[in-house]
Amino acid sequence: MKIFKTIAWVLLIAFVGIQFFPTERNQSEAEYASDFMEVNTVPPMVQNKIKVSCYDCHSNNTKYPWYNKVQPVAWFLEDHIEEGKNELNFNEWGDYSDRRKNSKLRSIISQIEDDEMPLDSYTFIHRDAKFSESEKKEILKYMTQLKNKL
Amino acid sequence: MKKLKITMSILTMALVALTTMSCKDGKKEGATEPMSNEMHQEDTGSEMMADNSSNAGSSAIIDNYLKIKNALVADNQEDAAEAGGMLMADLKDFDKSKYSSDKQRELTDIIEDATEHAEHISESPMEHQREHFDILSKDMIDMIAITGTSKKLYQDFCPMYNNNKGAQWLSSTEEIKNPYMGSKMPGCGKMQKEIN
Repeated sequence: MKIFKTIAWVLLIAFVGIQFFPTERNQSEAEYASDFMEVNTVPPMVQNKIKVSCYDCHSNNTKYPWYNKVQPVAWFLEDHIEEGKNELNFNEWGDYSDRRKNSKLRSIISQIEDDEMPLDSYTFIHRDAKFSESEKKEILKYMTQLKNKL
Repeated sequence: MKKLKITMSILTMALVALTTMSCKDGKKEGATEPMSNEMHQEDTGSEMMADNSSNAGSSAIIDNYLKIKNALVADNQEDAAEAGGMLMADLKDFDKSKYSSDKQRELTDIIEDATEHAEHISESPMEHQREHFDILSKDMIDMIAITGTSKKLYQDFCPMYNNNKGAQWLSSTEEIKNPYMGSKMPGCGKMQKEIN
């Protein structure tokens, strides 16, 4: 029983210990002239939905939930955000060439069509990030339009 | 009290396990890169000929592109993924220095785009590989229009892929072998253009 107690203490201390590791925060107050919403004329509904459902991982500003201040959740999210921004950063949309825009739009459309984005693990907690069928249709319609105009 | 302690320690253990797991995940991706890099260097080394050195970079790129194509024709996800990784390394090593600054800009754009598609091909299931191969083919066609090639290539077109939007690809053989429909419809498509 004593050994069990020791293990419990060690783990507890480890858990508290990892809280002191710094995390990089994806936060920025800047307004981007190259932002997707700035360079395109996006209908308000699509605009709102994309900001709520995509911008946490695909822009330079994440709205962090409280539990992200707890490790190891913070590390897990940090990885996700870094990867997400690498694939697509809505803040930098205007800086992408037409070729890149075409590729990004193709991926956006196919990922949303197949319900791969937003991620299930994300909508599980952010219920409001989920797309309803009609929202999905509207967003796909807009993105397809944008792609055809390139 | 005892119960509380047990719950507490289980919780902590779970959290620690989760941490180590997510750390491993993050590191995995980069690990394969250096290896394909080495292999690639051997490849170009043997192919490089004195009067043909200007084409060596793009020749390795085309070779690996064709490997992806052949793998997709054969419904072989693994081979396509492997060739995708090698193509990434080739694109990274491509030497643009002898082109005009205009062409360099265009090549940078194409290579950046193609690299992303090659990366996705190296780590995706087959249906996604084909989607990325579609855009990658466009990049390759545009790139060859700038760099030229010493190879004999055929530009083919499949009218059915992507909900009848159609898709192009490059092949080194005249016979149609469709990389988009796989073994379902290997002969579907037609030749649009001969390159060289």
